[in-house]
Amino acid sequence: MHLAQLNVAHLIAPIDGPELADFVAALEPIYAIADSAPGFVWRMKQSDDPTEVITHEYGDDLLVNVSVWESREALWNFVYRSPHLELLRRRREWFLRTAVPYTLMWWVPEGHVPTLGEAMERLESLRTRGPGPEAFTFKEFYEPGAAGASPSRAEIPQ
Amino acid sequence: MKSDDLESMSVLADPVRRDLYRFVAAQGRDVGRNEAAEATGVQRTLAAFHLDKLVDAGLLEADFRRLNERRGPGSGRPAKVYRRSGPERTVSLPPRDYRTLALVLAEVVDRLDGDSEGQDAARRTGERLAAASENTTLTDVLVERGYEPYEEDGRIRLRNCPFHVLAETHPVLVCSMNLAMCEGLLRGLGEDRLTAALDARPGECCVVFAAKDVSG
Repeated sequence: MHLAQLNVAHLIAPIDGPELADFVAALEPIYAIADSAPGFVWRMKQSDDPTEVITHEYGDDLLVNVSVWESREALWNFVYRSPHLELLRRRREWFLRTAVPYTLMWWVPEGHVPTLGEAMERLESLRTRGPGPEAFTFKEFYEPGAAGASPSRAEIPQ
Repeated sequence: MKSDDLESMSVLADPVRRDLYRFVAAQGRDVGRNEAAEATGVQRTLAAFHLDKLVDAGLLEADFRRLNERRGPGSGRPAKVYRRSGPERTVSLPPRDYRTLALVLAEVVDRLDGDSEGQDAARRTGERLAAASENTTLTDVLVERGYEPYEEDGRIRLRNCPFHVLAETHPVLVCSMNLAMCEGLLRGLGEDRLTAALDARPGECCVVFAAKDVSG
């Protein structure tokens, strides 16, 4: 099984405005780091534009990305152990704070290419029903095929 | 505190073992018996004995690896190598548990969206720590704080994350605060030739120090 992820963010200003300039400038190098990261499988693209932002029907202020990874560790190392971490550190300069979950993961069979619709449905499931095998987070992570199993909670100190 | 943590520590009562442990931990890679023996000035068999005691206590982990490139007949058996083991040991007498409280507080800061207040407090703390330290160079202060600094390509990188457990549960908050604390250390030392930045990679602290770019 591979690990799919969706990430959504509400922009504080139009994507082509001066407020977002630093973020937009970071897109190409960050995409390049993702694409060559160990364990990277796929990410959603609509064109060959290296600075592309996915367009969709969920609102112009909503930035989305969907990608697939070989394992939790591969995704973790890209998100938190690469130059991507610096973008997360600066996220309040570009994105609104949301009280609801803005990122989630789920397992897909190898070769499956997730759609944005499928990903957004799972985000809705996470927001309304909480984490489960069909939509979960790093903090409340579910191993593949563990339907009904309890999450491996990273939070509990040993 | 788990009772086996205390037992692990007591294994380090032997000074030869302490030297071996420090040497292996400081390399940040697999270390063979010969190399460890030479570095600590003891015989190879004695080094091997003590290294294996450290493995038994869970402080080091052992592996077998070919130390040279030769293959096939005559290349010899794979050598036993050692590296520091991942799990952390904490001994506090009487028992104290700051980790659980830190996890709770990190959760609170996250929920209150208090990143920037967290960073401000961390920067002030770094400044105070550096100003109060007997050490006057950045490297010495980083050693004192447990970062295990080393040099790579003219920059100072940090082998150890002193806040590892929290960096796993609240990575963005903790790494941002850590960067701010490192900036505070520079300020507290009056070290204005260097600058701290995030450059995270797996298995290490997220911060690096580099000479300030004075060209711009």
